[in-house]
Parts: sequence; C-alpha cells; structure tokens
Amino acid sequence: MTRVGRWIGRHLALALGLLVLLYMYIPNFIVALMSFNDASQSRNLYQFQSFTWDNWLNPCAPLGMCESLRVSISIGLLATIVSTIIGTLAAFALVRHRFEGRSTANLMVFLPMATPEIVMGSSLLALFVAAGLGGQLGFWTILVAHIMFCISFVVVTVRSRLSGLDSNLEKAAMDLYANEWQTFWRVTFPLVFPGILAAALLAFSLSFDDFIITNFNAGQTVTFPMFVWGAAQRGVPMQVNVIGTLMFIAALTFVILGEVASRRRARGKVSAR
Amino acid sequence: MSLAEDARRDLRLAGLTKRYPNGFVAVKSLDLVIPQGSFFALLGPSGCGKTTTLRMVAGLEGPTAGTIHIGDTDITHEKPFKRPVNTVFQNYALFPHLTIAENVEFGPKRRGVKDTASQVKEILELTELTEQAAKKPAQLSGGQQQRVALARALINRPEVLLLDEPLGALDLKLRRAMQIELKRIQEEVGLTFVHVTHDQEEAMTMADTVAVMNEGRIEQLGTPYDLYTNPHTTFVANFLGRSNLVKGTVVGREGTGADAVVKVDMHGTVVTIKASRVHTESSEGWIGIRPEKVLIQPAGTPLDAPGNFFSGAVVSEASYMGVSTEYHLRMPWGQELICFEQNTGRRGGLVAVGTQVDVSWRPEFAFLLDSSQDAGAGIEEE
Ligand SMILES: Nc1ncnc2c1ncn2[C@@H]1O[C@H](COP(=O)(O)OP(=O)(O)OP(=O)(O)O)[C@@H](O)[C@H]1O
Ligand SMILES: [Mg+2]
Repeated sequence: MTRVGRWIGRHLALALGLLVLLYMYIPNFIVALMSFNDASQSRNLYQFQSFTWDNWLNPCAPLGMCESLRVSISIGLLATIVSTIIGTLAAFALVRHRFEGRSTANLMVFLPMATPEIVMGSSLLALFVAAGLGGQLGFWTILVAHIMFCISFVVVTVRSRLSGLDSNLEKAAMDLYANEWQTFWRVTFPLVFPGILAAALLAFSLSFDDFIITNFNAGQTVTFPMFVWGAAQRGVPMQVNVIGTLMFIAALTFVILGEVASRRRARGKVSAR
Repeated sequence: MSLAEDARRDLRLAGLTKRYPNGFVAVKSLDLVIPQGSFFALLGPSGCGKTTTLRMVAGLEGPTAGTIHIGDTDITHEKPFKRPVNTVFQNYALFPHLTIAENVEFGPKRRGVKDTASQVKEILELTELTEQAAKKPAQLSGGQQQRVALARALINRPEVLLLDEPLGALDLKLRRAMQIELKRIQEEVGLTFVHVTHDQEEAMTMADTVAVMNEGRIEQLGTPYDLYTNPHTTFVANFLGRSNLVKGTVVGREGTGADAVVKVDMHGTVVTIKASRVHTESSEGWIGIRPEKVLIQPAGTPLDAPGNFFSGAVVSEASYMGVSTEYHLRMPWGQELICFEQNTGRRGGLVAVGTQVDVSWRPEFAFLLDSSQDAGAGIEEE
C-alpha cells in the first residue's frame, strides 16, 4: 500500500515536472518549427504551410532586419560591459564599506527595478529633450538608457554573491602572505566571478530584450525588438523565427557549458589524474 | 631569523588593548609572555576576547593600545602578510575554489618560494592528507579540513602559530584524536603554538602553560597542575573543574616561610590553609576544596585522613557514574558540598541517601579566595 503510494508519488511528481517543462518550452519548439515554414504562398503567416530551408539560407532577406539585429547586439554588448563594471564596483562599495547613507544607497539602487518601464522611458525622453538632445535621439541615447537600468540588476546580483562570501577567506589570504592586490585577484575575484558573469548575462538579455524604454528614446534607430514589433503589424517574416531559434540555441549552449564547467569544478581534478 | 641563534624569540604582548568602534572593550591591557617553542593555551568562555587577541597578533585587527613583540622585533603595526605568524582560523577558512594542494601551497607561492612541490608533499605526509591533494575542501570531512587548515599554516614554518578553536567543530572522539595529533606535530616541528579554546580539558591536556581569560583580562596563568590545584580566583576555581566554596573568617596566621599557615574559622570549625594558597588580604574569604579531595565516611566509623574534620553532614544525593560516584552532602550550616569518590569497591556499595556522614580533607589541598568575588563566577559555561 505504502509502496504503491510511494510509486505514484514519485512518478506523479516526475510527470508533473515534465508537464511544466513542456509548458515552458513549447513556445521555443513552435518558433523553431516556424523557422522552416514556407510562408511565401500563403496569407496566413501563423500556420505551418510547407517545409523549406529558404529562411535559414537567407536569414537577412527581410529589409532592415539584420541591421536592427546588429544595432541590438552592439548596444547589448556595450551596455553589458559598462553596467557590469559600474555595478560591480558599486556592489563592492555597498557590501565592503561602512559609510554614511549606506542603507539609503542600498534602497536607491533597488528603486529603478521597481519603477514601471513606461514611466522610466518617458521621463528619460523628457530628460534628453530638456538637455537639448531631442534631435540626437538614437544609438547613444538608447545605450545611456540601457546602461542605466542594467546597473541596478548588476548591483543586486553581485551584491548577493559578495555578501555570501566569508570575509575570513580574505583575512586568511592576508595571513598567508598575500598583499591586498594578490588577495583580491587570487581569492575575492575568483569567488565573486560567477556572480559577475551571471550579472553580465542578465544585463545583456535585459538590454537585448528591451522595447518600452527603447521605443521612447530611439529616434530613427531601429532595434531588433522594435523591428519585430513593426513587422508584426504586417505579418512577421519567417526569418524572425530563425533569429529566435539561434538565440535560443546560444542561450542553451551557454547554460550547458556553465553546467559542464561547474560539474568539473565540483569533481575537483580527481578524474584528471 | 637573521638574529643570532641563541636570541630568544618569545612572543610578548604588553598592555595590549582593543576597543571596537562601537565602544566595546574586548581586550583590556593584556600583558603576556609566551616562550619560544612552547604550547600555550588561551582558555576562556565565549566572548572573553580570545579571537580578538589572536587577530591582533596576526595583524588582522589593529590594537587600540599596547605593543606586540617577537623577540626584539616590534610587529605591533606590521601588515599581516609581513609577520612571521600564521593562523588556523576558527572555521578553517579554506579557499573553496582551490584544491587541497593549492590551498597548502598558497603561502609559499606568495612568499616567492620557487619549488613548492617537495614542501607540499612533505607537509601533506605529516598531516596524512596525501590522498586528498587533488580534492576541493568541500569534499573533505571535518577532521580532514581541520588538518588542511593546519598544513596550510604549518608549511610556512611561522615563528608563532595561532590556532583559534581548531577542534571546535569536531565531535568528541575525533577531537581527542586530533588533540594527540596536534601535540605530536607541535613537538615534531618545535614551533610556538598559541591554542585558543573554551574547553578546559583540551587546554589542560595539551598545553605547557595555560592562561585563563575572562572579560578581556588574564585571570591566572600557569601550568595546568598549578591552575587546577591552586586557583587564585573564584572564576578559575569554577571554570577549571569544579570547586566547593565555603565562607570563612580568618582568625590567625602562624609560622613563617614555607610553613606559614592561615587559620580560618569555617562555621565553627577552624581549618588551616597554607599561606602560599591564600589569595586574599581581607579577613573574610572563600575556602575552596576540590570535590575529589573531599573524603566521607558514615558517622561512627573511623575516617583515615588526618586533617580538617566535620561531622553532622547528610548525604542528600548520590549519582553513580561508573568510574566514580558524585555525592551531594548537606552540611550542618545548610550548604551543599560536592564529593567525588572513586569506586574502588572498598565500601562494597554506595553510601545511601540520608546517611549521616563525617567529612574531611587534607589541609594542603584547600585554598582561600577573596570574599568579594562571586562564588558562582565561571560556573554555567559550556
Ligand atoms: N567587530 C566587533 N565590533 C564590536 N564588538 C565586537 C567585534 N568583534 C567582537 N566583538 C565583541 O568582543 C568580544 C570578544 O569577541 P571575541 O571574538 O574575541 O570572543 P572569543 O573569546 O573569541 O569568543 P568565542 O569563544 O565565542 O569565539 C565579544 O563580546 C564580541 O561581541
Ligand atoms: Mg573566537
């Protein structure tokens, strides 16, 4: 009786888990499937017509799509680099130093994450216009906006990693003849690095993804999300699914590589002997 | 190091004081000389300032006042990484991202030692960790981690090794085994060990010299034997083992030199205490006697100890503990004394609760402490 109960319990949990996973991943499968859809004959773009390699062979066929992708990736990379550096430094300051107004600073870092994007986007536009940059809206104003909202996320991510770090480790390093510089690079940084990496990945996907704030401050520049949004009014070109699938594969590769690396680290170098 | 071979490299703390930024004074003007090559234990209850003291010696915390010397070298304000001192941290603080071998060679690498491999091999053998060299700290047991922390510090051959409750996280059996191991290693390498603990048994079995610390001060310093047999304060009397403390009034002093004794009236009976064991100037005091020095015998039968003698006590409690029995004796003046008796079988059984007994102890085992001190100091620890 209990054995049967346990069997059901174990397998029910497994079945439910698989269902949830399926629910989460079906959209990605549909996207991948649609990237092979030959939509040239049909008016109904959201239905699978017939199989073709065309979309994958000519991913840049839709006018302006690859240009928008290039803009999004450049902004994403730049925003990631700058916000990760600033955010990491800020996190160190907030965790490691006791100063006047520290708790206020902690709160202020959090606030932008809680602000509705629509509000932040419009106030940024107001700011740019007030600063006389109304005519220069484009790549650089988007970049400034993205760096701004990414910093909060970087600070929060790195801060949680850093405050979980035992400060005795740094004291131990100093006790073992490492000067301040060596202590940072040999102990602190390697231990905080996973947090910094996670923050950078988060920053990139936030920047790449952003539509609302970008839309306010883009001027004539078109990012990938804006392109897709615009195209959706007429009918999304099937090549968007190609890009979507590629992004998914890229993310998957990242996760798998990270998992493999951390497993190898956990096993130590025992197997390497 | 560059000094003459015969120069003593004792660790000397003078007037060492630590006031934390919040105003709390954790260490109060500590004066201490720790001889080179000795196994020194700093014993005290939680929060008495042991870790703070070690951190100042290691350079991880700056003293508010006072100086720290090793031999003639003043290291009070030296950076931690420039001191010939290494620490085994309270929770080991092993670097989680490095292997055991990398943890151990961290110190030599930073000091620019070229060939660390042979040193690492040697120290891993000494601490029986050769098998674990390629693992990460998280994959080791508590006892193994403790030995890594020890190896990581020892490999540097510091002049002074500070051990901050290194055995605190281990279970009793492993703890006893590691105590023997630590002692063996210290004798083998001959370095100065400063071992912090709040376990009195550990301090007594391992150290040549024990300093009992309480509320930022050293209460008493000496060999384990001295501390136990002749405590100077009620705190030491209670913190190391247990003591019976009975109120008494000094009625006179007799003899001179080594034979000098003090006569104390204890609820109507005059007891004698050797002057070298009297630690009060006032006319009142706590007469102290260790429970295992208290002898009992059912009333009427002869008691084979010449000494201070009381009749009229009643056994109020008897706890059999295998090797010995703990009796509680209600004295005529209402106080309960404790008596430990070895179960030698001489009696052919326990003394039953309610039995009238005579009590005695040899005068040379008693001590007299200051009556202004709290008779309960140092008791509820642990
Ligand atoms: N950074 C600090 N600021 C203020 N007070 C502190 C600080 N560090 C320690 N203290 C206080 O100083 C006292 C001594 O601390 P310490 O860590 O030296 O105790 P300990 O003897 O090592 O105790 P334990 O056996 O529990 O490790 C404690 O009362 C503690 O609360
Ligand atoms: Mg401590």
